[in-house]
Amino acid sequence: MRISVTVDGVEYRDDVEPRTLLVHYLRERLGKTGTVVGCDTSNCGACTVHLDGHSVKSCAVLAVQANDREVTTIEGIARDGQLHPVQEAFHQNHALQCGFCTPGMIMQAIDLLADNPDPDEDEVRHGLEGNLCRCTGYQNIVRAVRDAAQKMSPGSGPEAERVDETAVVDRAPMHAGGGE
Amino acid sequence: MTATAEPEVGKARRRKEDARLITGATRWTDNLQLTGMLHMAVLRSPVAHARITSIDVTEAVKMPGVLVALTGQDLAAEQGSLPCAWPITEDMLAPPAPSLAVDQVNFAGEAVALVVARSAAEAHDALAAIDVDYEDLPVVLDLDRAVEDDADLVHPDLGTNKSATWVFDSAEAGTGSDVDQAIADAEVVVERTFRQQRLIPAFMEPRSVVVDPSPGSVTMWSSTQVPHILRWMLSAVLGIPEQQIRVIAPDVGGGFGGKLQVTPEEVLTLLVARRLGKPVKWTESRTESMLSAHHGRDQVQRITISARRDGTVTGLKVDLLADMGAYLRLVSPGVPILGAFMFNAIYKFPAYRFTCTNVFTNKVPTDAYRGAGRPEATFAIERIMDELAAELGVDPLELREQNWIRHEEFPFTTVAGLTYDSGNYEAATARAKELFGYDALRAEQVERRANGDPVQLGVGISTYTEMCGLAPSRVLGALRYAAGGWEHAAIRMLPTGKVELITGTSPHGQGHVTAWSQIVADRLGVAFEDVEVLHGDTRVSHRGMDSYGSRSLAVGGVAVVLAADKVLAKARTVAAHLMEVAEDDVEFTAGTFSVRGTSTTMALGDVVVAAHVAHNLPDGVEPGLDAEATFDPENFSYPHGTHLCATEVDTETGAVKIRSYVCVDDVGKVVNPLIVEGQVHGGLAQGIAQALYEEAVHDEYGTLTTATLADYLLPSAVDLPHFTTDRTETPATSNPLGVKGVGEAGTIASTPAVVNSIVDAVRHMGVSEVEMPCTPMRVWKAIHGRGDGVPTTPGAGGGLGSIDARGGAE
Repeated sequence: MRISVTVDGVEYRDDVEPRTLLVHYLRERLGKTGTVVGCDTSNCGACTVHLDGHSVKSCAVLAVQANDREVTTIEGIARDGQLHPVQEAFHQNHALQCGFCTPGMIMQAIDLLADNPDPDEDEVRHGLEGNLCRCTGYQNIVRAVRDAAQKMSPGSGPEAERVDETAVVDRAPMHAGGGE
Repeated sequence: MTATAEPEVGKARRRKEDARLITGATRWTDNLQLTGMLHMAVLRSPVAHARITSIDVTEAVKMPGVLVALTGQDLAAEQGSLPCAWPITEDMLAPPAPSLAVDQVNFAGEAVALVVARSAAEAHDALAAIDVDYEDLPVVLDLDRAVEDDADLVHPDLGTNKSATWVFDSAEAGTGSDVDQAIADAEVVVERTFRQQRLIPAFMEPRSVVVDPSPGSVTMWSSTQVPHILRWMLSAVLGIPEQQIRVIAPDVGGGFGGKLQVTPEEVLTLLVARRLGKPVKWTESRTESMLSAHHGRDQVQRITISARRDGTVTGLKVDLLADMGAYLRLVSPGVPILGAFMFNAIYKFPAYRFTCTNVFTNKVPTDAYRGAGRPEATFAIERIMDELAAELGVDPLELREQNWIRHEEFPFTTVAGLTYDSGNYEAATARAKELFGYDALRAEQVERRANGDPVQLGVGISTYTEMCGLAPSRVLGALRYAAGGWEHAAIRMLPTGKVELITGTSPHGQGHVTAWSQIVADRLGVAFEDVEVLHGDTRVSHRGMDSYGSRSLAVGGVAVVLAADKVLAKARTVAAHLMEVAEDDVEFTAGTFSVRGTSTTMALGDVVVAAHVAHNLPDGVEPGLDAEATFDPENFSYPHGTHLCATEVDTETGAVKIRSYVCVDDVGKVVNPLIVEGQVHGGLAQGIAQALYEEAVHDEYGTLTTATLADYLLPSAVDLPHFTTDRTETPATSNPLGVKGVGEAGTIASTPAVVNSIVDAVRHMGVSEVEMPCTPMRVWKAIHGRGDGVPTTPGAGGGLGSIDARGGAE
């Protein structure tokens, strides 16, 4: 089937087998290997990406379901050489060890912060429940997400570290048809 | 070259590794795409024990995209037997271990056929077209049953399910007295049987192998912890000259011992790539990983402790059955034996006997998993110390204190024959008690008991030590391990003043690139940023023993120091020559050589250039300052610490909630506190998961029923508490860095702390044991005295409170 999908700001048109999962399309066709596969049952969340601004497990979405939609992966969130505040917070707080779960964890954390800009520890833990990490025991991940929340809150931190809300909205219709 | 002002070692450097990991610019093995690359898929046995009466691949090879479908018969002549490098006794029994089963399968998940196709999807599609006929054999699952005389046999040719029995006796070894006498003479004897359930390492990155063959050489990328050992073993098993094999471990997504292996799939990928003359990739699914990658733990532990009525321990007797699964993998037999030296832990036992029988069953082979033998030992001793305290009616912490090695007694030679070089159990315990609020929690516990609160409070203690820094080669030799325990490092001093460090360790999440950079920066006075650390490619790092057993820093890091010292020794000679002074008058500080009592200086960078261009070197001095060193430790290192866990146990539902977790670890000197803390957190998570959540469950036919992450309960962020961590520091005296190792500490210490805490919460209700994982069902049954008729094994998702235990039981 013919699909047209925008991934990390670039539009691609491809013929795909109907059974192709979005994660396999991203990895094998587009070379977006930053997004990884960690399980076969949608439990681990390593493959989390954004579809029209909302986090999805890309192993649970068919490539054809991304037709005419916008996908953002871990490779598309840094802007102009500047890391996304969540990426930076993961680095600063040592929120990763082997790093395999990290892309999915970061994409889920960004989604979590869009829904709840100032989560407490419990809210972060519940917000990341669908993403498994075997290395960190989660404590530094929780710390990183809360740290990023502080950095991203209006008026805090240097201008360069702030998320440009308008740019995000311009790039993707945040609340259009998510989850379908 | 910049001199560093403050010491790098000890600084909480953010990791160099992160840059590519947080941006998705990683090099996982499965990311590799080579021109003309083919894909392999593996068909696995659905049954645990059967003769293969026929395999028909005719239809599979007709499937779209398929190049070849092969069976064990096809590869029998060339696949050899997978290696076991640790024959623990002279008479150890080991069955042949083919990568692809030839005529019999011995566990569900064993590889029976393979398909190579143009795409991974086509290869997997074709597996369904392979027709295999199995003739069932009796399935051997239970350890106790397997060692009975009339037991069914996993490998009938061996005539028994017992692979080997290994004994350490302190009276025979001359390290202590006779334990049977101690028990006979004892005023108090406590006996318990503990079960170490089977666990699955469950690294997040599924294993993957890519092999690129060319005439006269072969390159293998593998998601492995042990590229050097793998290369050696591939050569040994397949008869390929070692110099023609290059193994690369690119970015590796976790291991925890689970990737310390020479796998069937590594051998098979190599064989088919060579046969087809094309690059071949194999990447496992999560379920394949859980069905075929080695498991960990799985022991029945019979423990007898004897003491005087005043609490002084007099003897410890340990009798283990250790489940090997169906085959002996790389170090399977040695894993429980590592525990032999740790059961006596930090306590001054005068008499000790350890017996372990390794047993075959029709299950996935077991092998190293974080801690490897030492968590099992620590669990048993820390649990039985609590049981002894209960028997004596004393505070379990006081009982420990009465019997542990006091700080002024180091170095101390234990009843198991190890010499602990340093430690201070008093200091770690005092700090942990303070952070924990020990006395206040005990007071609350008394109050809740008195009030009959439906939610009871328990306090669990684990005062552990471990042996790290595997290992002195002579000790490994004495234990009949086939390899040494040294580690290698090489330093290349580049003419621009930058440094390349080549290490034989093989990190897969630990942060060696950052920590090794800190060590080099300090030692040579170069900038942290100017050091590049190279690893994991046998062409680049030609000598190494890889990463496992908390050895990388305590052995590999020390090799880095020794290599740097060699660079400096030569640089001093060259600098003295260039400054025209005697070598003895030259001092080195923060990257600069200076002549004592003068203002004459020369930066190391200038010496590097001078040595590189070699225009003016002393007679007999070779150009360049590169150096390499191999460190073989004299002794293990012995981290220790005190872990305290408070749990709230709901006596009506059996649900357990960790209310607070405090650990104070002494891992010696610390190179990077951020990395150390991260290792402790991750270790705690895995140890707590053993206590509360994880278990590899087989049904009566030997089918693994927990073969997905939906069924095998890896804890999520919601399932784990906040950890309060701190450190005390007594430097190791066995290495120049004073470091001890930290990778396994949290896992080793935490499991008994949690279980002790649960038992402590409900001991007054008649509970003295809850089997792991302590699911609500098991805890409820222990409290309410329900045994037969209530299933002990939780179903999928049933372990976390999704079953109404009360209703279900009644």
